[in-house]
Amino acid sequence: MKTTKAKTATVVLEQSSAKASKLRYVLCLYVTGMTPRSARAIANIKEICEEHLKGRYDLQVIDIYQQPVLAKGEQIVAVPTLIKKLPPPLRRIIGDLSDLKRVLIGLDLRPNR
Amino acid sequence: MKHNKSKRPTRKARRDPSLPKAATGIQGLDELTGGGLPKGRPTLLCGSAGCGKTLLATEFLVRGAVEFGEPGVFMAFEETARELAKNFASLGYDLDALVAHKKLVLDFVRVERNEIEETGEYDLEGLFVRLGHAIDSVGAKRVVLDTVETLFSGFSNTAILRAELRRLFRWLKDKGVTAIITGERGETSLTRYGLEEYVADCVILLDHRVQGQMATRRLRIVKYRGSTHGTSEYPFLIDEGGISILPITSMGLTHEARTERVSSGIPRLDAMMGGKGYYRGSSVLASGTAGTGKTSLAAHFALAAAARGERCLWFAFEESQSQIIRNMRSIGIDLEPAVRRGTLRFHAERPSVFGLEMHLVTIHKLVSQFRPRVVVIDPVTDFASLGSEAEIRAMLTRLVDFLKMQQITALFTSLTAGGTFTESTDLGVSSLMDTWLLLRDVQNGAERTRVVHLLKSRGMAHSNQVREFLLTDRGVELRDVYVGPSGALLTGSARMVQEAQEKAQALVRGQDIGGRKRELERKRQALEAQIAALRAQFEVELAKAATTAEQDQTRTGVLDGDRVQMARLRQADTAAVGKTPRHR
Repeated sequence: MKTTKAKTATVVLEQSSAKASKLRYVLCLYVTGMTPRSARAIANIKEICEEHLKGRYDLQVIDIYQQPVLAKGEQIVAVPTLIKKLPPPLRRIIGDLSDLKRVLIGLDLRPNR
Repeated sequence: MKHNKSKRPTRKARRDPSLPKAATGIQGLDELTGGGLPKGRPTLLCGSAGCGKTLLATEFLVRGAVEFGEPGVFMAFEETARELAKNFASLGYDLDALVAHKKLVLDFVRVERNEIEETGEYDLEGLFVRLGHAIDSVGAKRVVLDTVETLFSGFSNTAILRAELRRLFRWLKDKGVTAIITGERGETSLTRYGLEEYVADCVILLDHRVQGQMATRRLRIVKYRGSTHGTSEYPFLIDEGGISILPITSMGLTHEARTERVSSGIPRLDAMMGGKGYYRGSSVLASGTAGTGKTSLAAHFALAAAARGERCLWFAFEESQSQIIRNMRSIGIDLEPAVRRGTLRFHAERPSVFGLEMHLVTIHKLVSQFRPRVVVIDPVTDFASLGSEAEIRAMLTRLVDFLKMQQITALFTSLTAGGTFTESTDLGVSSLMDTWLLLRDVQNGAERTRVVHLLKSRGMAHSNQVREFLLTDRGVELRDVYVGPSGALLTGSARMVQEAQEKAQALVRGQDIGGRKRELERKRQALEAQIAALRAQFEVELAKAATTAEQDQTRTGVLDGDRVQMARLRQADTAAVGKTPRHR
């Protein structure tokens, strides 16, 4: 009983990342129209998802030009923004997602050093 | 030449006074800026924490929506919805109602550094989309971004941020909205991240300084392209009515001089000023040592205003309203009915409540609200503890100018420091005043009495004489003073003694005159007797003369008769008879 409670932070992290490999991901990518940067971000996230989250992700791409109300609701400032809604914690990954290492850190697929 | 010609029109266009402006509705700011903020352009509002940036921006927005029919968008980067609602409520506006009536859109931009992972190129188009949507949803004409610099703590790529902010300000201009962008004051620059580089049209700086334990908020227009504006620092006040700025620093001596007179409330004092009293809109100073009756003089003035049906505002810095009313009642002046009717209002406050500028702002504000024709400031010298002489003088100059512009007749009382009577006021304000009444104590034998004289009164004939100033149970009365044999003023009981003496002398003189009259009468009678005697004598002589003449006549007749007879006797020529005898 006592040992389970006294789990160290590392153990928690290891378990969560182990769990993460099984958890379902809900991702939303907010872009503005079909700019080159938007296109790049969409291509990048699709590639990453296929590689690291195959079969266990939902990806929604939203054009805030079409749905500006969502930009307000989701607190979008920078574009493109990828929001990791699930699993928690919520993360905002901004930029065209070309820095793979940082994207994986943001998605909790690679521990931050 | 050609070069010059091509340049001139642009310069003219820039100085065009009809540069469109968006009125803020904030008291004083519109006067300062000549009509408001540049319409359709962004204005940078900077200042340190807690100096009122958000409040000013909020008021700009709310007044725009409520008073000028210009809906607004408030984009908050720092405050939460609840804090913002509180801000609005502090101005007496219901945020929810404004939002419900589509007069206002609120958007809270939250940027959490620890949620964000930067993974490449990005821009802030999300902000533009949100702002654009908010503006379009209500047809907003005004926008507030408070405080956009917060973005710098959320994103690490400042190069992108700067480029995006520059784009944002240009975009706002293209949208044609009048915007206020707030920014935190930096150590060396106006804003921490140099926003002033991007907003070039109008920059307003707010400041909150503590000087001698008194905190004063000040506003300065650093820049206003294409428009003239006040350049000094102006104090401002935040209270339940929002912000009020004091724009007066003697905007030129342009006030109209009236010839109308107003009574001082004391007939004899009016008589000293050509029988009519002070000029309407003039500034009157009543200075004197403690207990010389300055407040009583003011009470008469206030009462006279009330009797004319004019509103009077009384700023009391030493006594409370009820104390003044009680004290004045003791000399038969009842101010209470005027207070009850609402024509007389007191504003009693210790001068140390706040700084000099704040007092000025308060007076300014109250005067603008109450619109009095007469103002009493009792006493003006209490400001002395609040600043240097130069500061007080500057403040009073502004106050006097402000009151003059409003055609308000103002009475300032001034306490001169003890003992010796001095013709210079402690604050050196006498030159600002049009009429100066000097009240002073005269020590005479074992008593002190009060005298008053008009040291100056611009633009009217006035008495040079000293009058004794009596506080009776029917108010203030002025009496002539006596100059004693040694040239000293005689007042009080000495005056009474003198009056008694003069009465006695007059009696004696009266008696003298009676005596002399009788003497003359006697003389006249004697003279008349003499005249009668002389006349009698003359008549006697006249009678005598008549008798003689008769006798002569008779004798001549006799002689003539004799001659005729003699001629007959001598048988003279008869023809010659009766005629002048001819001798042959």
